[in-house]
Amino acid sequence: MRGATHAKWTACAVVVALAATACGGGGDSGSGGSDGVVSSSWGDPQNPLEPANTNEVQGGKVLDMVFRGLKRYDPKTGEAKDMLAEKIETTDSTNFTITVKPGWTFSNGEKVTAKSFVDAWNYGALLKNSQKNAYFFEYIDGYDKVHPVSGTASEPSLSGLKVTGDLTFTVKLNQKFSTFPDTLGYAAYAPLPKAFFDDHAAWLAKPIGNGPYTIDSYTKGSKMSLRKWADYPGDDKAQNGGVDLKVYTDNNTAYTDLIAGNLDLVDDVPASQLKNVKSDLGDRYLNTPAGIIQTLAFPFYDSDWNTAGAVKVRKGLSMAINREQITDTIFQKTRTPATDWTSPVLGADGGFKEGLCGDGCTYNAAEAKKLITEGGGIPGGQLKIGYNADTGSHKEWVDAVCNSINNALGNDKACVGDPTGTFADFRNKIGQNKMTGPFRAGWQMDYPLIQNFLQPLYYTNASSNDGKWSNAEFDKLVDQANAETDKAKAVSLFQQAEGVLRDQMGAIPLWYQNGSAGYSTKVSNVTLNPFSVPVYNEIKVN
Amino acid sequence: MPEPQPYDPAIAGTGAGGAMDLAISEGSSLDGGPGGLPKDPSEKARSLWSDALRDLRRNPVFIISGLIILFLLIISLWPSLITSGNPLKADLSKAQQGSSPGHPFGYDPQGRDVYTRVVYGTRTSVTVGVCATLGVAIVGSFLGALAGFFGGWWDSILSRISDIFFGIPVVLGGLVFLSVVTGSTVWPVIGFMILLGWPQIARIARGSVITVKQNDFVQAARALGASNSRMMLRHVAPNAVAPVIVVATIALGTYISLEATLSYLGVGLKEPAVSWGIDISAASNYMRNAPHMVLYPAGALALTVLAFIMLGDAVRDALDPKLR
Amino acid sequence: MGRYVIRRLLQMIPVFFGATLLIFLMVNVMGDPIAGLCGDKACDPATAAQLSKEYGLDKPVWQQYLTYMGNVFTGDFGTAFNGQKVTELMASAFPVTIRLTIVAIVFEVVIGISLGVVTGLRRGRPIDTLVLILTLVVIAIPTFVTGLMLQLVLGVQWKIISPSVSSEAPFNELIIPGLVLASVSLAYVTRLTRTSIAENARADYVRTAVAKGLPRFRIITRHLLRNSLIPVVTFIGTDIGALMGGAIVTERIFNIHGVGFQLYQGILRQSTQTVVGFVTILVLVFLLANLIVDLLYAVLDPRIRYA
Repeated sequence: MRGATHAKWTACAVVVALAATACGGGGDSGSGGSDGVVSSSWGDPQNPLEPANTNEVQGGKVLDMVFRGLKRYDPKTGEAKDMLAEKIETTDSTNFTITVKPGWTFSNGEKVTAKSFVDAWNYGALLKNSQKNAYFFEYIDGYDKVHPVSGTASEPSLSGLKVTGDLTFTVKLNQKFSTFPDTLGYAAYAPLPKAFFDDHAAWLAKPIGNGPYTIDSYTKGSKMSLRKWADYPGDDKAQNGGVDLKVYTDNNTAYTDLIAGNLDLVDDVPASQLKNVKSDLGDRYLNTPAGIIQTLAFPFYDSDWNTAGAVKVRKGLSMAINREQITDTIFQKTRTPATDWTSPVLGADGGFKEGLCGDGCTYNAAEAKKLITEGGGIPGGQLKIGYNADTGSHKEWVDAVCNSINNALGNDKACVGDPTGTFADFRNKIGQNKMTGPFRAGWQMDYPLIQNFLQPLYYTNASSNDGKWSNAEFDKLVDQANAETDKAKAVSLFQQAEGVLRDQMGAIPLWYQNGSAGYSTKVSNVTLNPFSVPVYNEIKVN
Repeated sequence: MPEPQPYDPAIAGTGAGGAMDLAISEGSSLDGGPGGLPKDPSEKARSLWSDALRDLRRNPVFIISGLIILFLLIISLWPSLITSGNPLKADLSKAQQGSSPGHPFGYDPQGRDVYTRVVYGTRTSVTVGVCATLGVAIVGSFLGALAGFFGGWWDSILSRISDIFFGIPVVLGGLVFLSVVTGSTVWPVIGFMILLGWPQIARIARGSVITVKQNDFVQAARALGASNSRMMLRHVAPNAVAPVIVVATIALGTYISLEATLSYLGVGLKEPAVSWGIDISAASNYMRNAPHMVLYPAGALALTVLAFIMLGDAVRDALDPKLR
Repeated sequence: MGRYVIRRLLQMIPVFFGATLLIFLMVNVMGDPIAGLCGDKACDPATAAQLSKEYGLDKPVWQQYLTYMGNVFTGDFGTAFNGQKVTELMASAFPVTIRLTIVAIVFEVVIGISLGVVTGLRRGRPIDTLVLILTLVVIAIPTFVTGLMLQLVLGVQWKIISPSVSSEAPFNELIIPGLVLASVSLAYVTRLTRTSIAENARADYVRTAVAKGLPRFRIITRHLLRNSLIPVVTFIGTDIGALMGGAIVTERIFNIHGVGFQLYQGILRQSTQTVVGFVTILVLVFLLANLIVDLLYAVLDPRIRYA
């Protein structure tokens, strides 16, 4: 036993020694100026970093730094501006001729040509490559051949894409889509270098693109170092020496690291810390609108929810939700009560219309109760709001919404939250039409167009029409809007369609989500774009 | 000194004895400690268990813990005795506020009265804690004692099964076993805790029984022809139960918290269920700004665990003849 | 002894198959994971079918299991949904977690047993009450809160630790996380030691040792503690696996990319390959830990012998 006693004392000594070295820890700070490196919080991307396979913000952050497409959405206004596109011409909203600007290269020196785009799009669309954003190419002619609903592809590439010169190619769509050029800022449409196809594994380990940054090193699951690409041909050059993305499993920890001075930028301030933001960060806190809206969708496949009276019930429920109070208290003003079904980032010209929802989205407990009673009461007697428990903290706001409804109806148990354990399970229930009550629906725009807020969500059988809402009048107006070449007229038609959605209360709009971010004294000129992603290339290191 | 009689098939069959620590064998050979056997022949008729019960009634620790538990029981059954509030009534405009007249514990993140919720949460939390602990303790110590007492194949099979159960992550188990349950009663949750909780107590009980059965008094009883069940109940169990009690009383607190973890995963109790665990976990995020929302339900949880730790201590003392 | 160890090692084989099959089925029961891969949108059916095929999810469960096991024996544990090899995830997660577990176990052994001995010998004294109060605090306040508070106070206000652990996660950065992780177990170890010590302090062999005039420290460590350690050792043995696989909260607070985090992610994303791979390793750890505990029984109490 003497040996064991010794071992114990040795262990103690080790602990003391370790504790002592722990006291010596501290953050390192890089040099300032245009060489300074920004350290920023990051979440592990959920998919391999292929442009057509990245459908969430964390992977999107990297693509936004490493790639530039034909168009780029202005970080401030969200307007689609030409980036690599010299010009995009059409006469019939179906056939487009695209000319790529000369002088662009990938960071490995390879020229960006028309072929770089066509190959990338064909890769993204081909079923065999199982790219999750393949549906972005669905409007291009020949999509049904390379991406059939069942079976295997009968063609290797999209017949609608043709390289007509070194820097020109044509796109033929399978329907009229006047705003198609404006969608081309989405990452899925990025060009890809030959290296992507020649040695795919190596490319995935260290992606090569044509954006203002190059990837210096990438340790999956923990860190990615991006450095300024000195020879970047674009005019949105990086204003800093680089960005280190550090993976955090919890945004609270990232925030704590920020206030401890170990991190420069956190682009997702946890709701529980919002009360401390002023004292912790002063004015180094951003809270700006992002193209995200949260709604409650209804299961229209459930006959109880698809009656004439149910319209009144849905409207009543919407009026029973005190959006103002919930966004103030639960979200600390990082959400804005919704008054239409789009997003303020579209701007009035883009189709955002404040107050379009009218009374239906204004809290009025008495009227709410009256409408619900008139409509025959809540189907099934109890409202169960479905959400998934594993991502985001939905429980808090769902409970708050339920409490608001319960207070309006004077019944403690009129509404309860109904969690599902995992996101996949939640999506399965939705996909298999198994929801029995309203459920949370969120929409983050792919591109800042009013079309993107309406068609994928409410058009009959559209890809993200989770509630299976269907209305012939709405569909007709959307079709007309898509065929309309005059932008203002198209927007007005979309708004008319939105009016149909309002009258039927096809989904309850809850609130617009803001992007929130906090940053250290080391950096300045920090902004968030309409996709709530920091505009990294403009950040200055003091 | 008597050479221990190995009747464990796993131990049986050894030819030569292993190296023995002198100090221990010296100690045990000198005094032989027939701990379980009554010294006075006149007391022979009374079992150790009834002795223990008599001891307990005189122990102030037992009385205090009993009173606390009785109080918790009454609150569980009739929460309205000490509060007139409604635990579900939410006024979001008062969210996170501290104490005010009529609302001594303040408000929670949804603007509900913390005091009322603590009182109403007692039923769920105490039921979950006590029933899960009892279930785990009974199943675990039974299987553990079997494995430890008989050894051999019993031990191999039971221990390996417990190893597999140890391997099931709580999150996975919860999502699989509880996601099919939609009601808001506590029983599926308790059943789940017993299902995943027994291996720990089983290991502890097994280890304890393996030690105790080496004691001379157990060997003596066996030599006297006592049956297996008699030896287990009379001689092994009372001497092996202490570690089980300790682990069980602490586990009681962790089960109350585990209930909240399951709710957090979306598979435990659903709204509008009220429990300490759910409230603690909902308020945890706000510890920096409104610690009262965590501390009051946590205090109730601590009081409950305290009562049961005291109860466990008292029971253990009563069962230990050396303390008489 | 040698035969016993070999027999126990052989028992790992059925446990290995039993555990993998059980976990495999459990993850499978959770349903189709593909729907969770496309964000808040529905996957288009063709892509979903293609992904299903890629991950082998279109086959019957028994066939999936056989294919998986076949691959495991060639060292291929499959691929997680983010395209990373599970072996790669394990290689990055396990070393960190093992270090964290070692720190936690050291705390349990050093602090837990010391406090247990002190309180066991001084039952009812102020120190005993103080430790009891600490025990209650540790049980009632979630690790999440204690971890967060320590992080704020030590990391932000006093700046003696870094709030998050770097990706290399050396031992010195894991001290506070290890303490937080060990806190509830500390309560168990302390009270188990306390009870055993209190029970054995009155045992005859201790009285004998005292009568022989042996020094007090020697009596405590050599006689009393040794005979009191069996339940404690048993507990720590069962705790190793729990600490390794269940450090989800601690790992989250201190941003440690360890086993708990990977396993949690794997479960929520219903990635059979990740979950089965990690759990299999954990079950093997359990088996080894329990074997070591059983062998320690014989060391602590020589009357216990194994054939």
